[in-house]
Amino acid sequence: MAAAALLRRIPAARAPPTVFVAARSISDSTAALTIETSVPFTSHLVDPPSRDVTTTPAELVTFFRDMSLMRRMEIAADSLYKAKLIRGFCHLYDGQEAVAVGMEAAITRSDSIITAYRDHCIYLARGGDLVSAFSELMGREAGCSRGKGGSMHFYKKDANFYGGHGIVGAQVPLGCGLAFAQKYKKEDTATFALYGDGAANQGQLFEALNISALWKLPAILVCENNHYGMGTAEWRAAKSPAYYKRGDYVPGLKVDGMDVLAVKQACKFAKDHAVANGPIVLEMDTYRYHGHSMSDPGSTYRTRDEISGVRQERDPIERVRKLLLTRDLATAAELKDMEKEIRKQVDDAIAKAKESSMPDTSELFTNVYKKGFGVESFGPDRKELRASLP
Amino acid sequence: MTTAFSLRAAAPATAPCAGVRSTSAARVVPVSAAPAGRGRMVARAAVAAKADAPSSAVAGKSDGHEVLLFEALREALIEEMKLDPTVCVFGEDVGHYGGSYKVTKGLADMFGDLRVLDTPIAENSFTGMGVGAGMKGLRPVVEGMNMGFLLLAYNQISNNCGMLHYTSGGQFKIPVVIRGPGGVGRQLGAEHSQRLESYFQSIPGLQMVACSTPYNAKGLMKAAIRSENPVVLFEHVLLYNLKEKIPDEEYVLCLEEAEMVRPGVHVTILTYSRMRYHVMQAAKTLVNKGYDPEVIDIRSLKPFDLHTIGNSIKKTHRVLIVEECMRTGGIGASLRSAIIDNFWDYLDAPIMCLSSQDVPTPYAATLEDATVVQPAQIVAAVEQICQ
Repeated sequence: MAAAALLRRIPAARAPPTVFVAARSISDSTAALTIETSVPFTSHLVDPPSRDVTTTPAELVTFFRDMSLMRRMEIAADSLYKAKLIRGFCHLYDGQEAVAVGMEAAITRSDSIITAYRDHCIYLARGGDLVSAFSELMGREAGCSRGKGGSMHFYKKDANFYGGHGIVGAQVPLGCGLAFAQKYKKEDTATFALYGDGAANQGQLFEALNISALWKLPAILVCENNHYGMGTAEWRAAKSPAYYKRGDYVPGLKVDGMDVLAVKQACKFAKDHAVANGPIVLEMDTYRYHGHSMSDPGSTYRTRDEISGVRQERDPIERVRKLLLTRDLATAAELKDMEKEIRKQVDDAIAKAKESSMPDTSELFTNVYKKGFGVESFGPDRKELRASLP
Repeated sequence: MTTAFSLRAAAPATAPCAGVRSTSAARVVPVSAAPAGRGRMVARAAVAAKADAPSSAVAGKSDGHEVLLFEALREALIEEMKLDPTVCVFGEDVGHYGGSYKVTKGLADMFGDLRVLDTPIAENSFTGMGVGAGMKGLRPVVEGMNMGFLLLAYNQISNNCGMLHYTSGGQFKIPVVIRGPGGVGRQLGAEHSQRLESYFQSIPGLQMVACSTPYNAKGLMKAAIRSENPVVLFEHVLLYNLKEKIPDEEYVLCLEEAEMVRPGVHVTILTYSRMRYHVMQAAKTLVNKGYDPEVIDIRSLKPFDLHTIGNSIKKTHRVLIVEECMRTGGIGASLRSAIIDNFWDYLDAPIMCLSSQDVPTPYAATLEDATVVQPAQIVAAVEQICQ
């Protein structure tokens, strides 16, 4: 009995008498907790926020759950891709979950997020559901883009998630346009435009940053630096890999992107800054376990030791697991159960998504133009091949 | 609704905007700042060009007022910006400078710096920003100082502007207008004399229109701004100072409709933008020689108004396309192909297409004149077709 108590948690004797040890539920307490980030923030042209992050046990559990869900979804997508149910390009986010989850914790659904093609998890973070995600990946009509977008084109308009873009860097000017609209409409919200270390070398980024700084737009440019732009390491692609400094006249913050609490703190700081003062650059130091996409093994330009090293030392989910366990907010068994439940959730979603049918052929011609285009939608040769617009 | 490929005219039985002529003007302006009900009143009062009337129809009780083409564009912009506070203008020198062709002169004073935005020289990003703003509910009008500069924004126009409505499964609409002057001017040199119609025409999701008179410039600009789809409005450097009397009352034209410039019976001449004037000049000569050409300004470059064009071909049985686009892959090439697909049985002669030469536009005046189609060539072509 004593051994069992030890295994479960140390202060078993001090547990409140009304709680049965075997059936204690995971902490859902909203009592404030202050936890230090893994490393201090490095900043450029601005005073960094404090290392002490306020959170609650309930929030930490949510972080664990959300990140585990994302991890499971991406791994399931890997299997689906190898089973040829997902085709084309599939860019997986496992390893980078803390960025999506931490960001979401710091902002509201009225703030906007736009990202590139590694968008599955951000879609989930913004409130997207598993079934529409898997359906979209498999090209079914229940997909979030009706099967017509694919992996790189997930959007959720009602949650202010603007996608989902295939061309590297092109989403950043779009993001600055979103920020412009927010300022125009006096919304007091901000836009997070995510891009990678590869995209950081795109000229249009600097163009957009210049305009955003000139017009004081609430734009936050978030560089998810996973250190490899496709197959090229950052030091081979960027003369200055200090991406948070490359805004030059725009302030920047470097964040440990594997620490969800640091991400949360930085995003909160950035939002407050952007709404008041204009653009800011965030560099999330993160890592992806998969290759650039499913066609990239991810091991030709980096060693397996490096990948497993990061997994051991810096994995975002393991970090939160440790926090939960050492602070006695959950037991290992409970977390394992949660993961099992998540696995089942994902499997069920995949099964449901597989049941969805492929889009009808008439869908080929819908949504090319918005309604109001003459009477019917015709291609340039005006032949009656098209369905009538709804 | 799919039909097998048919060489018989499969063009719609009704004219593109028949019966829904006011549709483009009937968008209700959901803005409290708009005068109550004015949006709906405007729709009923809107006067669209009748397909058979001469192009500069000044229908209506009032006399109309004379404007230059760039002023007509400006009037349209001002009216739309007053009606709808989400309309804004992005471009280089559009604000304080007043626009390099004066289309936006005075707008910055009227509407402020947040609605008439001077951008840095960064076409790629400010076009992208226009698209992003469109995704979030604004209606930007993006000006390329010269259409040719928008090549730098091609990715944004093609992938984001044109395709986002589709790839998002219909979630986002991009009601942007991308406009600017293009075409061969007076010795502006190769890079400033480009015709981008041919480059943009394959982009799915885009609409393209070309204005040619103050009357249609104003009407098309208003329609483009009101359209929920991204529209590229092609203006021409040499046409900005055309003068014409336009109606005082508000009117909006149909984006997908072609304009009957001169009814006739012997040959259908399809043209757009500046070449319309070369064609009309040639028409004078042709009339003296006893021909009766029917001249149609196609206006809508994407999609083509095959209804109007088809009706004309069924009448004349001969087609000449006169365009300023390059021969290879130009608008004429697509139009020719569309006519063959749809109206083959009605043709008595092969379709002729006069286009600009496939060369960079030279600087020397004589060479530049030889690059584009001249009235004499049009006359010769008609004579050949009508043999």
